[in-house]
Amino acid sequence: MAEIVLDKVTKRYPDGALAVQEVNLEIADGEFIILVGPSGCGKSTTLNMIAGLEDITDGELRIGGQRVNEKAPKDRDIAMVFQSYALYPHMTVKENMAFPLRLAKVDNATVEKKVKEAAEILDLTQHLDRKPSNLSGGQRQRVAMGRAIVRNPKAFLMDEPLSNLDAKLRVQMRTSVSRLQKQLGTTTVYVTHDQTEAMTLGDRVVVMRGGVVQQIGAPQFLYDQPANLFVAGFIGSPAMNFVPATLENGSLRSILGDVTLTDRVRQLVEGADAPREVIMGIRPEHFEDAALVEAAALSSGGKFTHQVDVLESMGSDKYAYFNLTGEQAASAELQELAADAGSDDVPGDGISLVTRLSSASGAVEGASSEIWFDADKVQLFDPSNGRNLTYTER
Amino acid sequence: MAGIGGAETPAKKWGWGVLNTVVVIYALIPVLWIVSLSFKSSKTLSDGNFIPREWSLENYQNIFSTSEFTRALINSIGIAVIATAIAVVFGTMAAYAIARLEFPGKNLLVGVSLLIAMFPQVSLVSPLFEIERSLGLFDTWPGLILPYITFALPLAIYTLSAFFREIPWELEKAAKMDGATPGQAFRRVIAPLAAPGVFTTAILVFIFCWNDFLFAISLTSTEQSRTVPVALSFFTGSSQFEDPAGSIAAAAVVITIPIILFVLFFQRRIVAGLTSGAVKG
Repeated sequence: MAEIVLDKVTKRYPDGALAVQEVNLEIADGEFIILVGPSGCGKSTTLNMIAGLEDITDGELRIGGQRVNEKAPKDRDIAMVFQSYALYPHMTVKENMAFPLRLAKVDNATVEKKVKEAAEILDLTQHLDRKPSNLSGGQRQRVAMGRAIVRNPKAFLMDEPLSNLDAKLRVQMRTSVSRLQKQLGTTTVYVTHDQTEAMTLGDRVVVMRGGVVQQIGAPQFLYDQPANLFVAGFIGSPAMNFVPATLENGSLRSILGDVTLTDRVRQLVEGADAPREVIMGIRPEHFEDAALVEAAALSSGGKFTHQVDVLESMGSDKYAYFNLTGEQAASAELQELAADAGSDDVPGDGISLVTRLSSASGAVEGASSEIWFDADKVQLFDPSNGRNLTYTER
Repeated sequence: MAGIGGAETPAKKWGWGVLNTVVVIYALIPVLWIVSLSFKSSKTLSDGNFIPREWSLENYQNIFSTSEFTRALINSIGIAVIATAIAVVFGTMAAYAIARLEFPGKNLLVGVSLLIAMFPQVSLVSPLFEIERSLGLFDTWPGLILPYITFALPLAIYTLSAFFREIPWELEKAAKMDGATPGQAFRRVIAPLAAPGVFTTAILVFIFCWNDFLFAISLTSTEQSRTVPVALSFFTGSSQFEDPAGSIAAAAVVITIPIILFVLFFQRRIVAGLTSGAVKG
C-alpha cells in the first residue's frame, strides 16, 4: 500500500519524439485512478514508466515517498495486468499465480495458502490445474488478476485489461474489477481508451491527449465541467453535441436559434474574456421534446424545429438524431476526436445532433419536432484553443 | 487440404493417396536396397535380388571386427555431439539478442552469419588445411569441431531467432513485473518456451555435423579423428579383389540409426502450439 507521485514525469524517445510531457499526478493510497485517452496519447507509456518497463527521461517518480526512477521493476513491488494477460503458457493456473511468490522465495505452505485465497476470490479454484490454453478469455483474465493480487503489492497497474473480452463479459468483469479493488484497497492505476470504463471504475480520471494531461478529476466532475473541448468530447456517450455559435449582447446565436444566456453562464463567459465566435456544447440529455417542457422553463431555454432523421427508442428514453445544414464546429481537438472514433470517414455533411428525449415524447422519424434545450446547461468553448469558457471549479 | 482444393471428393482422395505412395516408394527404395545389400553374404552380393536369398550378418560382423569402423563411430558421435552442444548454446544466446535487443552492429552480425552460411565450403578447405597443420589442430577432434561450429552457428542463429520472435515479449515484461531478474525471466519463462526451437535446431545441427564429408576427409588423416562417412570411403575388402559394397552397406545402415533415434526422441518435444494460451486468441 502506498501513494504514487509523478512529478513532472517526461518521456522522450531517442529519436526526439515526446511521448509524455511533464505529467504531474498524485495518486493517494488506495485510490483507483484511470488514465484515459485515444490511442497514442501516452497513457500506456505513463503506465510503463510507473512499472519500470520504460525509463523516465525527466522528472521524478515516487512510490511510498521513495524515488524509484532508477529501480528495476522487480524492486518496485508493484504488479501489472497486461492487455494480452501474458500468462505463462507452460505453467498451470496454480503455477502462474504462484510464480511471483516463488521468485520472492516464499515458503511452500504460504504459497499454497495465498494461491488458494486468490483463487477463491476470483472463483478459479476448480481451474487451478489447467493450462492457460484450456481457459476461456474471461478465465485467463482472472488468472492474470490472480497473479497480480497474490503477493499483496504496493500497487496494481492495469493496461487495458478488459479490452480483449467481448462486450457482455467486459461489463461483468468491470464490476468485479471494481469490487476487487474496493475489497483489497490497493492503489490502482488503470489504463483504458474506453470512456465508459473510465467513468464507471475510477475514483479519479486523468484524461490525456498527445502526451499532455488535459484534466484530472472525479468522473462526474469531468462530465459536468470539462476543462476543454477535448475532454468535453471524449467523456460521455453519446458524445456532447458541438455547434458553432456567436455571442451577441448576452444572447447566443446559432443554428439552434437564439437563446438568452442565463445569469450564471453570462457571468462565467464575461469572466473568461470570451471571443465573439464560440463553439456551443450541449449534452444529449439537456434536450427535451418542447411539448413536454413546462411553460416556465420553455421560455428560458432555446427552441428549434427540425425533421427527425433517425429515432431510436431505448424503452426508458428516445434518442432523436437530427441532421442540420450548416458548418460543423471546427477545431483541432474535435478533428482528433473524430479521427479516434473513426467517424471522420463517415460520409455526411452538416451538423449531426444527438438528443435524448423522454420516452413520452411524440417525436416520429421523418416528421418535424420542436425540441427545447436547457440554456443553463450550455457550455461554451473558445475555438482557437479549446478552452471551456464556462468552466468553474465548483 | 479441403480448404485449398475445394470439396474433398473420393476421386481427389485417391489421387492424393496414389501420389503420396509413389513419392514414399521413390524415397524409400534406395534405403531398402542398402538394407538388403547389408544382409547379403559376399557370394550373393551381386545376384541382383532385391530380397536376399540367404540372410547373413557377415557384413555387420566384418565392420565391427576391426577398429577402423568402431573408432570412426566414436569419433563421429563425439565430434557431432560436442559441436552441436556448443553451437546450440551460443546460437541460443545470439538468437535471443538478435530477436529481442537493439544493439549497434546487429544488422552486421546477421549479415555476416548469413554470409558464412552461404559461403562455398570447398573454397575454405585448403586454407583450413594449412592453418590447422601449422596450429597442430590437423587430424584432431577440435580440428573438426571448430569448422563445424562455424558453419552450424548461422543455421542455429537463424532457426532460433525465428522461434524467439514467436514468443510474446509481454511474457518477459510480465516476468519482470512478477519480480524476476533478467536471468530468471530467461531461464524460467523464455527458455522453456523456446525448448522446441532449441531441439529442432539441435537436430539440424547434429545432422549437418554427422553427414559432413568434405571437412572430414580433408582435415583428418588417421583413425584418431576420422569420422564414419570418411571411414566408409576407406573400406576395402579383405583382399584386393573383394568388393567392399556389403561392408559399406552395413556401415551406412549403422550410421543412419543414430539420426533416426535422434529425431524420434526429440520429435515428441517439437510440439507445435506450445505457446498458445499465453496471449489472447
